[in-house]
Amino acid sequence: MRAETPLVLAQAGADATVSTGEAVAFWVLGPIAVAGALCMIFARNAVHSALWLVMTMLSLGMLYILQQAPFLGFTQIIVYTGAIMMLFLFVLMMVGRESSDSVLEVLRGQRLMAAVLGIGIAGVLAGALTRALADVPPAPAMNPWTPEGGGAGGLARVIFQDYLFPFELTSALLITAAVGAMVLAFTDRHSKQGRRSQRELVAARFRGEYERPSPKPGPGVYATSNSVATPALLPDGSIAPESLSDLIESTPTAQLQAHRKQLESRAAGPDTHALAGPEDGAGDGEAAGGTATATEDAVTATEDKA
Amino acid sequence: MTPFLAQAATEPINRAELLADDPLWLILLKAVVVMLIGPIFTVALIVGERKIVGRMQNRPGPNRVGPFGLLQSLADAIKLPFKEQVIPDTADRKIYFLAPVIAVVPALIGLAAIPFGGEVTIFGEPTVLQLIELPVSVLLVLAGASIGVYGIVLGGWASGSPYPLLGGLRSAAQVISYEIAMGLSIIGVVLYSQSMATSGIVAAQADGGWYFYLLLPSFVIYMISMVGETNRAPFDLPEAESELVGGFHTEYSSMKFAMFFLAEYSNMVIVSAFATTLFLGGGMFPFFGADAAINQGWWPVLWFLAKMCVVLFGFIWLRGTLPRFRYDQFMKLGWKVLVPAALVWLLLIATVRALRNAEGVSTGQILIIGGVAIVVVVLLMLLIPEKEIPDDEAAVTTTGGGHPVPPLDLKVPETTPRQKALEAKRRSEEKRQAELSPSTAGSPGAPGAGSKEGESHGDL
Repeated sequence: MRAETPLVLAQAGADATVSTGEAVAFWVLGPIAVAGALCMIFARNAVHSALWLVMTMLSLGMLYILQQAPFLGFTQIIVYTGAIMMLFLFVLMMVGRESSDSVLEVLRGQRLMAAVLGIGIAGVLAGALTRALADVPPAPAMNPWTPEGGGAGGLARVIFQDYLFPFELTSALLITAAVGAMVLAFTDRHSKQGRRSQRELVAARFRGEYERPSPKPGPGVYATSNSVATPALLPDGSIAPESLSDLIESTPTAQLQAHRKQLESRAAGPDTHALAGPEDGAGDGEAAGGTATATEDAVTATEDKA
Repeated sequence: MTPFLAQAATEPINRAELLADDPLWLILLKAVVVMLIGPIFTVALIVGERKIVGRMQNRPGPNRVGPFGLLQSLADAIKLPFKEQVIPDTADRKIYFLAPVIAVVPALIGLAAIPFGGEVTIFGEPTVLQLIELPVSVLLVLAGASIGVYGIVLGGWASGSPYPLLGGLRSAAQVISYEIAMGLSIIGVVLYSQSMATSGIVAAQADGGWYFYLLLPSFVIYMISMVGETNRAPFDLPEAESELVGGFHTEYSSMKFAMFFLAEYSNMVIVSAFATTLFLGGGMFPFFGADAAINQGWWPVLWFLAKMCVVLFGFIWLRGTLPRFRYDQFMKLGWKVLVPAALVWLLLIATVRALRNAEGVSTGQILIIGGVAIVVVVLLMLLIPEKEIPDDEAAVTTTGGGHPVPPLDLKVPETTPRQKALEAKRRSEEKRQAELSPSTAGSPGAPGAGSKEGESHGDL
């Protein structure tokens, strides 16, 4: 990116007939592109970094379009901004929004090496740029409507006739990389014969290969609450532990743990929704009916176990 | 090269010259009109969709506001901005605010490249009914679509809760996969018309026939991927109500929610207008030549909008007819059906094009070669052995209806691998907590007094 902006500047300087509109567009888009690149480096959050990079790419694409290369500009926007950065974002979102860069140095001497190499590259770039700034023949204005002027037809002729072999080599390289990534990432999740069909799964469930033949109970939905964090109740009023999801990450973990502990501590006693009296404590002497239902519950529970 | 192709190539340049002559006020006028098409169609589409889906489900749909309920979306449009904005605590505020804007702006830009009609005179100024004419205006529409998705993806991410995040992730994956199929189907049109300018494609269709029957596979693939690209039923997985509450816009309310709505419907309008341009002959009325009076002046705008509305009705029809896809089925359709089909079809078009461009190959020869190729392929397919269905000996007993029933001596295992793993996880966590706070690690509150229990029952 750093290489791009000064080059355009060089052309604008050498070409005396640069139009006002072009100059204005450059001085608006150029700083935006540079600012985007800098912010990309300094942003803490990885997603923010990606977005700054998107901004840089977009302004570069617009610069291309302004320089009479609309095909290149739109390809830049579609391919880089639309597809590649979207993939980046996809991965970043999978990683999680809380993950930020660690400042710990994992490899010894890494920072020193990075600094040296970075300064070296900056020097090389600066050298090349000063030469470019010193002597640049102004590019003739091209007509993008003709194949010779950077239209798709002209590009296709160059790629598929003059440089067909390098192009095919590159595509072979890319395909190798893609196939390699697929092979590395591929895991057969279930068994040797691959995914089971729905029918086979049902059979397997009844054969006892899974925890239980039926689906797990859903969360409890009552008049007082319809949260997924509310456990479902079994017929005897006790809590169905399977109804609590292990996967809800949005619930603050500590809160969830505390809630679960609270529920566990309560699991022995009957619930208000279960129309059963409390077994012990204050409710002991209340009514004989309450204890009767409690014992009934106990009986059904033991029957269930047997 | 055939003469109509040469004409198709020169046509956009004339239009571009005409457009370059436009005075500033005319450009502004056109820009405002093009920008208004999206919102106006959104308002009309929402009522139309609710009415049509309602009729499809044997109910009247909205019928309270205005005659036949036609002003319902106006009432909604007034209501929405005045509703309270609820912003979640966990939201990434800047991006949360930015996302609806990113979704809307490209949706309003996309229509700029669509040629609504031919040459007309506006207040004494000859011009073309199109805002900009680029040699690659097809790419402009595609680029707008690919930027617009950022709004959805970022909105899902910035909300800071799991359902929107899942919606955003789905949207990202969906767009990446369906854009490929869409681009490949468009390449077919570009190859056939030898032009990447939208008006060039329309001109080529006026002379050579519409592409929806000449390039039928491309048309079908475009139609399917267009629904996927706009997140509409049956491909509305990013906002699947039954799975993700509202998907990416779960946490959005008030005006920002309205902007997502606007973006969705404007995108529908854009892809429909694009389909009309690419496959349905643009503003041309069929059966008459391009020089007929019915295809001159302002008439093409009417035909264009009529064709667009037919495509939009297709969207609504799909929504009223088909259930939502499961996510893996949807991905399978994209990657294993649409993309390979589009590639094979593209290869075919390119071959025919190359043969046609080559001298001394007649249509008859092409047909003979194609016929022989088809026969060979069919014969080869006969060689593929039939898939054998394995006869499972250890099958579970089934009832008369073929439904498996549990055996009478069914043994449910005491522990399963998953239970074991969960138990181990719980134990290790307890251990860690005990290590972290050895002083506070006491007995977890024993089942205590009735009063405490009564209190804690309240939050169930």
